[in-house]
Amino acid sequence: MDLKELYQDLILDHGKKPRNFGKCNSANHDAKGRNPLCGDNIHVYLNLDNNKKVKDISFEGSGCAISVASSSIMTEIVKGKSEKESRELLNAFFKMIKEGDEIKKVGLTEDEHIKFSSLAGVGRFPMRVKCATLSWHTLRAALDNEKKPINSEIID
Amino acid sequence: MSLKEIKSKFPIFKSNKKLIYLDTANSAQKPKVVADVMDDFYRNKYSNIGRGVYSLAGIATEAYEQSRLTIKKFVNGIEGEIIFTKNSTESINLVANCFSKFLKEGDEILLSEAEHHSNYVPWHFLRKNKVNIKFIPLNKSGELDINKINSLVTNKTKIISIIHISNVTGHTSPIKKIIEVAKLKKIPVCIDGTQGVGHVNVNLKELDCDFYAFSSHKMYGPAGVGLLYMKNKWLDQFDPFLGGGGMIQNVDLKNITYASGVSKFEAGTMPSAEVVALKEAVQFIDQLKIKNIINHEQNLTNYALDKLSKINNIEFVGTPSLKSSLFSFNIKGIHSHDVSTVFDQDHIAVRAGHHCCQILHKKMNIVSSIRVSFGIYNNQQDVDALCDSVKKCKKLFKLN
Repeated sequence: MDLKELYQDLILDHGKKPRNFGKCNSANHDAKGRNPLCGDNIHVYLNLDNNKKVKDISFEGSGCAISVASSSIMTEIVKGKSEKESRELLNAFFKMIKEGDEIKKVGLTEDEHIKFSSLAGVGRFPMRVKCATLSWHTLRAALDNEKKPINSEIID
Repeated sequence: MSLKEIKSKFPIFKSNKKLIYLDTANSAQKPKVVADVMDDFYRNKYSNIGRGVYSLAGIATEAYEQSRLTIKKFVNGIEGEIIFTKNSTESINLVANCFSKFLKEGDEILLSEAEHHSNYVPWHFLRKNKVNIKFIPLNKSGELDINKINSLVTNKTKIISIIHISNVTGHTSPIKKIIEVAKLKKIPVCIDGTQGVGHVNVNLKELDCDFYAFSSHKMYGPAGVGLLYMKNKWLDQFDPFLGGGGMIQNVDLKNITYASGVSKFEAGTMPSAEVVALKEAVQFIDQLKIKNIINHEQNLTNYALDKLSKINNIEFVGTPSLKSSLFSFNIKGIHSHDVSTVFDQDHIAVRAGHHCCQILHKKMNIVSSIRVSFGIYNNQQDVDALCDSVKKCKKLFKLN
């Protein structure tokens, strides 16, 4: 397994310069996620408008390159999607990482699809799966308005 | 046996020829003799101990007790006894739990900021009884600020529990000095020696602490066995920690009397094969002589620190002057888990994370680190490979 497949330039870039970082002002949903083993933590904020569309989304937190890049890429892709599409995307993400499913481009632009699938390589590093899934689990918790922090150690 | 031959005594390196194991502080690899004795015990000698009156049980019990004596002699614990537990964590839980009956509201427990969670959480449980926990602070080098001890020890201090060797920085705590101060005020001292035994000389008679917790699996013995040295006077003063078979004297419908001595603290079936095999691990260390082990591991640590410090962007977690056989660092700008994944591709096993020491990491303003820890099987080639992998990591992450 080539490390370059895991640490692609796209991932390194998002890991170093995360997009949508910080608390977005209009947030009406949020959730926290933790990975106690790694010490990774994340706080996802999102604004779900009256039409159940993710109008804005951002995150705060710290973690490894995989976890930060996954969070950053997630916010870029989910922004502007409906709640239903977001839920479909997060399920597709788990399938891609855990079962190696190839992701069809349903509802994703070419650019989004490249970003989304850049994280597929994590699936071949079982010890790192939790790093990539933490943000997506936290997104699900934010959509559900869960008050208790997510623990990816227990879920995955 | 020379230190050079040692690696060949560990089967793991035959099955994993490329393995560079730098995680002995997490758990040590096992010499063949230890695996062989365990195998032989299970195949040919197995019986529960301290129960049956048949010959097989008698022989197993004798071997189990012989192991206790060997360990006691090894750490010169002649003023107390060795109690077998599940791990060092359980050993410290035993002390904290049993000691709680002497504590009242407002009493103080003194720990340090370097403690592993296993020497903090068991004491934290006692906060429900409204006792206060104080911490000897760490300075920037990751050393205990021993000058603060006189102001931290008060008339309310009832027990002091301190880590012997930090599992993050490798700093050797000034435990002699702490025990000296404690003795003047008649305060009992518990030492978490998990990273001590097998890497430094441990002489409990000389040290004169009340409790010393350590662990079989970190000293080349089997996992599942913890050890607790307890000075004799506490054997009677403490109530049992766990209840069950083997720790009683008499049971009736209304009253129960407990066994005396170490038996009072060893409830239920004990890991007899593991305890018996631990004796082999102790003898293995004894044959190599602790002074040779110290010398070997110190040389390796110095070699590694020297070589790593010549690479840009390496940040060590503390720079204590008294260092044992381990240290931690970060490559600036790369998370420890990413570093560990890169190392893993080069078959290098290190620990990445907070090493169960979140307080220490917070004090040093970091979230996690890479820990390198040596055992008797490591050599300079291992360090060279580590440094090559550090460079590879920097290249991958586009760092200078």
